[in-house]
Amino acid sequence: MRVALFLTCVNDTLYPDTGRAVVKLLTRLGVDVDFPMSQTCCGQAHYNTGYRHEAEPLARHFSDVFRDYEAIVTPSGSCGAMVRELYPRMGERARAEGRGEGLAAALAPVVPKTYELTEFLVDVLGVTDVGAYYPHTVTYHPTCHGLRGLGLGDRPRRLLEAVKGLELKELPGADECCGFGGTFALKNSDVSAAMGADKVRNAESTGAEVLCAADNSCLMHIGGTMGRLESGMRPVHIAEILASTEEEPAV
Amino acid sequence: MSGTFVGMPAFPKAAHEAVGNPTLRGNLRHATHTIRAKREKAVAEVSDWAELREAGKRIKDRTLRRLDHYLVQLEESVVAAGGTVHWAADADEANEIVTQLVQMTGETEVVKVKSMATQEIGLNEALEAAGIRAYETDLAELIVQLGKDRPSHILVPAIHRNRGEIRDIFEREMSEWGRPAPEGLTDTPAELAEAARLHLREKFLRAKVGISGANFMVADTGTLVVVESEGNGRMCLTLPETLISVVGIEKIVPTWQDLEVFLQTLPRSSTAERMNPYTSTWTGTTDEDGPSTFHLVLLDNGRSDTLADEVGRQALRCIRCSACLNVCPVYERAGGHAYGSVYPGPIGAILSPQLRGTESEIDASLPYASSLCGACYEVCPVAIDIPEVLVHLRERVVQGGPVVREGNKVVLKPAKGHAAERAAMRAARWTFARPGVLRTGQRAASRTRRLHPRSLPGPGKAWSGTRDLPAVPAEPFRDWWQRTDGGRSEKGGSK
Repeated sequence: MRVALFLTCVNDTLYPDTGRAVVKLLTRLGVDVDFPMSQTCCGQAHYNTGYRHEAEPLARHFSDVFRDYEAIVTPSGSCGAMVRELYPRMGERARAEGRGEGLAAALAPVVPKTYELTEFLVDVLGVTDVGAYYPHTVTYHPTCHGLRGLGLGDRPRRLLEAVKGLELKELPGADECCGFGGTFALKNSDVSAAMGADKVRNAESTGAEVLCAADNSCLMHIGGTMGRLESGMRPVHIAEILASTEEEPAV
Repeated sequence: MSGTFVGMPAFPKAAHEAVGNPTLRGNLRHATHTIRAKREKAVAEVSDWAELREAGKRIKDRTLRRLDHYLVQLEESVVAAGGTVHWAADADEANEIVTQLVQMTGETEVVKVKSMATQEIGLNEALEAAGIRAYETDLAELIVQLGKDRPSHILVPAIHRNRGEIRDIFEREMSEWGRPAPEGLTDTPAELAEAARLHLREKFLRAKVGISGANFMVADTGTLVVVESEGNGRMCLTLPETLISVVGIEKIVPTWQDLEVFLQTLPRSSTAERMNPYTSTWTGTTDEDGPSTFHLVLLDNGRSDTLADEVGRQALRCIRCSACLNVCPVYERAGGHAYGSVYPGPIGAILSPQLRGTESEIDASLPYASSLCGACYEVCPVAIDIPEVLVHLRERVVQGGPVVREGNKVVLKPAKGHAAERAAMRAARWTFARPGVLRTGQRAASRTRRLHPRSLPGPGKAWSGTRDLPAVPAEPFRDWWQRTDGGRSEKGGSK
């Protein structure tokens, strides 16, 4: 199976460890992973801030880069949701504006074969025990676009529950947004920060060492808030937990 | 919309005050979390909820597609049943019609059923200016009115008040408006309710004119429906001689059968009840029973313009249940007043900028008053995709484009104040179209990483005021991938 890693621009630039973890994990599970070097950004920030027309060329570029792979895997719920939910909508809008079928046709091939990482593991590879070892207490925050956009359901949980040495703690108010929301974090920084602080307090109340999520954008906000509040907790992407083994444990 | 909201600052500024008010935060958190949990339970009891939600959506969409037809049918039915129908294009016209109708009766006071439409047009203020006093009879609306306050929630407009504050308002203000609060009033719910009951009773018995809105209007029979919990509505709808109902044109359903869906979804979504205590229906007038004169004022006030927008029109499905407010993390922290409209919360953030336009500072800021978490869409009983409309309205704010205003097609210019953002978005798009340029930027960031400050100046403070910046790694992923041949040649080998 020819699988492309769509790492996302945020992970590529700021969180290469997550990318290395995905490569390590998928390789361990027998998947031949490629990282197309011409990939850049799915256009989510543009689209969600109101710049749909600026997002369109980025979506076309995404499709050009990834269309020939059998599956496209991304360690980001929100970028995955952008491709799966919003690319078809962009096509529809272009059609409604009298610009024909062009955009919809250009984007159609990548929509059904784009998977968020935990979906790919559980649904495509059919595994929940990925042979990971992570001797820490962890609480899991389901990010909004993963939870309500992609409908990841209990997939991340099942994967975490199968990790050796990992103790999973229930996060109170888990399904409440952390307050990141892309440009929302800047445009409404007071409300965003208040939501972030509440999320961190809830996470701290579990007594876990690590807050885990499947999206580094949310973790950047939660982790930044943890740092500022001098919380003892750490934000860790689920890929880094699942990649960790007894031979090569993550720190 | 209501004059009381004119000149509101943009949402982030108004929210700033609310976020820093611990009493308000506590009141809102307690109230929204309580009702949120109850709604979830009430909805979970219904095995065919998803089907009811879909049916509600389809009934509303079908009706809106042929709204012109159903409105004419409704007018014919109401007239045939002995009522009179008035058409109001905007708030001023509606206020003028209602004021004249009250003046024709010779009365100087009216009792009111809780109504969003009359709040939207600022009817109480308009009547006041004409020397007519309007008494709100819903408990929470009474609290807001006595407190010279503004509503902060669609269903529970005094949600921002706790029991102690309500007791103080009753004790201080009731005597100004009629029967004073009983001596030694405490803050127990039963005592507060009894004080309100006694205060309102004399107004119900004296009033000759009642004013209401309606949750639904049945086109087929000309029947209006009010769904309520306290019984004050039924008093206002039956005791006065003249009844005036002000209703938004989108409140139509074609037949009684269509009501079946909404009378199941509305109470469970709003008050988390299986069925609300009082559902009143009235069809024109009936000899020797109830009001002898009935006027229906059909209100447009931006609704036809909203209907013209393919994406935005779904906001007109709204049945004003408030489920979206109660689950919204932004509403919970910013409070209702920050939305600068009688329609707060997620639904307000998509309704106000459509009904009023995106020209004012507050209306241009509302589409951004959301992290797009999607909790509102999930609970909406008529499946309004609020995040979709929010993003659509953001586009309208930053890019402008064609809209319909007062029935005319106009092309909006992009809003002011977004020039820097627009330039940044264009620059980002340009960079992302060129992987080589992106890589140069990533490398520059990595090489200078030791020089990066922990906090940012200027607009960057919006992030670093409350959050640490992420550390930039020694090399971007793509450099690692190339350097190690996808990890194959890395020491220790991750492949």
